[in-house]
Amino acid sequence: MNHKGINMSIPRNNTLKLKFDSARKYAPAPESRAAAKIDPRYDLFINGKFEKPLSKKYFDTINPANEEKLSEVAEANAADVDKAVSAARNAYNKYWKKMPPKERGKYIFRIARMVQERARELAVVETLDCGKPIRESRDFDIPVVGNHFFYYAGWADKLEYAFPNRNAQPLGVAGQIIPWNFPLLMAAWKIAPALATGNTVVLKPAETTPLSALKLAEIIQEADLPPGVVNIITGAGATGAAIVNHHDINKIAFTGSTEVGKIIQRVISGTNKKATLELGGKAANIIFDDAPIDQAVEGVINGIFFNQGHVCCAGSRLYVQESVFKEVVRKIKDRLETLIVGNPMDKNTDIGAINSKQQLDTIHKYLKIGQKEGAEMYQSSCDLPTKGFYCRPTIFTNVAQSNRIAQEEIFGPVLAIQSFRTDDEVIEKANNTPYGLSAGVWTDKGSKIFNMTTKLRAGVVWANTFNQFDPTSPFGGYKESGYGREGGLHGLLPYLTLQSIS
Amino acid sequence: MAVKTTVTPGLIFRQAGFNLSPRVDQVGIEERAARFTKRSIKKETKVNGLMLALNMIDLTTLEGKDSEGKVKQMCYKAMHLLDTYPGLPTVAAVCVYPSMVKTAKKALEGSGVKVASVATGFPSGQEPHSVKISDTKFAVQNGADEIDMVISRGKFLEGEYNFVFDEIASIKEACGEARLKVILETGELVTYDKVRRASDIAMYAGADFIKTSTGKVTPAATMPVTLVMLGAIRDFYFSTGKKIGMKPAGGISKSKLALHYLVMLNEILGEDWMNNHLFRFGASSLANDLLMQLMKEKTGVYQGKDYFSID
Repeated sequence: MNHKGINMSIPRNNTLKLKFDSARKYAPAPESRAAAKIDPRYDLFINGKFEKPLSKKYFDTINPANEEKLSEVAEANAADVDKAVSAARNAYNKYWKKMPPKERGKYIFRIARMVQERARELAVVETLDCGKPIRESRDFDIPVVGNHFFYYAGWADKLEYAFPNRNAQPLGVAGQIIPWNFPLLMAAWKIAPALATGNTVVLKPAETTPLSALKLAEIIQEADLPPGVVNIITGAGATGAAIVNHHDINKIAFTGSTEVGKIIQRVISGTNKKATLELGGKAANIIFDDAPIDQAVEGVINGIFFNQGHVCCAGSRLYVQESVFKEVVRKIKDRLETLIVGNPMDKNTDIGAINSKQQLDTIHKYLKIGQKEGAEMYQSSCDLPTKGFYCRPTIFTNVAQSNRIAQEEIFGPVLAIQSFRTDDEVIEKANNTPYGLSAGVWTDKGSKIFNMTTKLRAGVVWANTFNQFDPTSPFGGYKESGYGREGGLHGLLPYLTLQSIS
Repeated sequence: MAVKTTVTPGLIFRQAGFNLSPRVDQVGIEERAARFTKRSIKKETKVNGLMLALNMIDLTTLEGKDSEGKVKQMCYKAMHLLDTYPGLPTVAAVCVYPSMVKTAKKALEGSGVKVASVATGFPSGQEPHSVKISDTKFAVQNGADEIDMVISRGKFLEGEYNFVFDEIASIKEACGEARLKVILETGELVTYDKVRRASDIAMYAGADFIKTSTGKVTPAATMPVTLVMLGAIRDFYFSTGKKIGMKPAGGISKSKLALHYLVMLNEILGEDWMNNHLFRFGASSLANDLLMQLMKEKTGVYQGKDYFSID
């Protein structure tokens, strides 16, 4: 034979290693804090005005990146909640229910435009209060917030086309409680469809991340929405409970932990309140041996380390087919080394601060559990800032399906990796969880994708990508990940009663 | 040829019908490439990057109208990028046609700047095998340190992978001590899957460098295509222990884009590749933009382009 290729012996040792120290050492490129004006104190946004809380209490909100106080916000008690609900009820009866849908749409369009105009400010506020990298708040959160308002603004006067031969009626007052991982985006997911369908709103942001919602309150005020159509009140669990328990609320929309979701469901049973619950997840990301490996690895990295892993649909379980297991793990480890962890305001930061001390403790607890269970922990070798709440990106190998780190939602930058042999085996393992919010499939084979998507019990299944969000696409869970859908035409339904026309 | 007793990686690859190349997902690779452009490169990182990029340039003239005079001028520029700025590196190499190798070699004597020559019927590669071999040998005999060959894209697209493999291997043999850069002409291969397969064939057949483009076809180098090739180099490194160089060529004329490429290199292959032994920019107008940016970093103001010599 005429083989002239050069003769190379294959080194069978494991000394080959790529060096990435310099890849993490870019000169600082901080975003200017000056873009955001943060008041020293915020009151409750009720009936179109910022009003002092009847509770007379305020609590601090801090920057998790350096533990410095950013501002203090009012703590709404049951009387404040009652005031907000009355304002919303009044606005519903007086203005919003009667307003021609086209006019409602105009207000929502106006909010969307103003979000875009103030995008930089909102991104900076979000990053300061939340700890997420400015790259994400700038390129993901805020643009998607704008898109969401634009999308639902368009539906406001087209409900009769969304639901032909039905008379779509609003429910009334919606009580909405949102989490701290995507504060402004979750506010948009809640407020936009509620307004488009003609409901009025009492919204409570999470206690650790109230500022961007309060900025949205400023925008809503400036957009000249009729007073009381949107009320934004701040507080912790007790405030949320007062909203859930309020007799004059017609619908609860909650995004947060499964634990709280179960409490809400218990509380509202026997009442006529409708509910949508978007809860926890433990998504399976599945890499087959015929996958585009490098892109799959990148998708896995984004799937678990996006927003420090504070994502309900994060791909926190990884299943890799055994024939490519070693290669995939090696590539994930190399990729970990190039992730920049640190100051969220630096434009080069990939992984910012953990949202709170409490959450950091939870993550550390699981790291200990994982090690105790015999899983092998690997962390990036990066340095962490001395102040603030940070966690190195972490992977566990040698994980068993029965390990707690493979079953429970950690809500942090922690990936549990398991191997599998056959398609049927991985479907069974992926579905073997109380959750069912999302899943990812990585293969070059189209037929395999269709097979998997029909069998995986998850609200969203991404194929050869992960964490893609679009306002037109419904999002929601199976099983303990909740019920109801947000986004798309489906996202209108939970805010409507459909009357038959005959 | 004697039968080899050891099985080489190249042979394994060949026996598998060149089907071992992993697939590339178009959406994924383009998203990943775009992510590198989000890095914000400032201050000392920027200056270091600009200096490094200068030092990685293959200053190129490949035109029918190339003359000895033109090549001599370009060689002087290669050694004296901007004499008023002390401490600047030279470019890595000048890249010329075989007929100009002798002139360039003489002009660059003692400077450390390498002479690279295109060969094998550049840019189309549609020449008989014997012509390609003699073209290569002529360039090497005239003093070329590096040979930039083109692959037979027609044969590749016909699925004649053995032909392409053997051709590269035979050119490698003809190169002797000269380092071989294999131009895939990715603009004619079109899909990322084909770019990946051609990269693997080239490396297993003996390439020292893989290179995107001739500069005569649009599109030339792009970040996603370069990323596919860097991924192939990384996999090859882990399979064989051998470090292969990368040369994007054509269309990289601005500093900002060059820095994006370096970020990508740094984050895919790491520090060991951050030098002109393993990475080159094939470019003619990039050097002056880098100089302009370096002067701006030094003085705080942009200078007019007439302060930078064109050759």
